[in-house]
Amino acid sequence: MEILQSDVLQIRQPEDIVLVRTAVRKIAIASKLGLVDQTKLVTAASEIARNTLDYGLGGEVRVDMVRDARTGVRLTFTDEGPGIPDLERAMTDGWTSGKGMGLGLSGTRRLMDEFQIASKVGEGTTVTIAKWSR
Amino acid sequence: MEHIPILRMGEFLLITVQVDMHDRLAMKLQDDLTERIVRFGSRGVLIDISGLEIVDSFIGRMLGNIASVSRILDAETVVVGMQPAVAITLVELGLELPGIRTALSVERGMQILRREAELAGLEVLKDANMEEDGNPPE
Ligand SMILES: Nc1ncnc2c1ncn2[C@@H]1O[C@H](COP(=O)(O)OP(=O)(O)OP(=O)(O)O)[C@@H](O)[C@H]1O
Ligand SMILES: [Mg+2]
Repeated sequence: MEILQSDVLQIRQPEDIVLVRTAVRKIAIASKLGLVDQTKLVTAASEIARNTLDYGLGGEVRVDMVRDARTGVRLTFTDEGPGIPDLERAMTDGWTSGKGMGLGLSGTRRLMDEFQIASKVGEGTTVTIAKWSR
Repeated sequence: MEHIPILRMGEFLLITVQVDMHDRLAMKLQDDLTERIVRFGSRGVLIDISGLEIVDSFIGRMLGNIASVSRILDAETVVVGMQPAVAITLVELGLELPGIRTALSVERGMQILRREAELAGLEVLKDANMEEDGNPPE
């Protein structure tokens, strides 16, 4: 897989989530994703960026335009927050440790073509998602 | 401080969300709106989200909260103008927006609010004057 373009954005305050949404929309258009897929990707980016801020105590996202057989967008969110003790539970629809709806992770997995999560208690969390053009 | 304007139209309040709201702005809208409903005794709230390119779980929760609080304050909420791509994404995300009434256009949303208000035995001004932020009309 070839990386055509790459950018890193910080996620430190609520306004940064808006900047992430804007940057992801731009790269999704450049990668020739259709409107529905753009919307799914931006929504997923918003969910994971908010998790990075609220639970991961801030972090960053790498935004890659990638090419394999097709073009696509890959997003890698990393934080050095408390980590997730029970990943399976966190991925369950409706489970939240806070006041959320517990849909961010499970819903994002449904919206994306690729979804990976790695987390270690005390060290942090990395979420990688991708959406390919059709 | 930046805010989303709330228009008063007779018995109703009209909000047009045109910018990509950050979370604090969304919370402020919720608070401002509650205050307006109480101050004006509004019977309905119409939220036009045709300008929103996404609705994530945070905005979805905000819309749900607005609808619940409004209901307790005896006002109906209708959300109008959701873009089709947004609707498709919401369903797949798993957000069903329970308790939120939706309509395709502002026109149809207003019809719903008027009908509800009439059912409640109210006199509704057909051609309500638009006033920004509840300032008295000239
Ligand atoms: N980056 C992270 N660091 C630590 N914990 C996390 C992180 N992301 C998610 N979690 C944990 O996983 C749970 C589920 O996350 P998810 O996004 O699915 O739901 P939520 O954020 O609680 O609610 P919603 O996203 O619907 O508003 C969270 O409540 C939190 O406990
Ligand atoms: Mg979340």
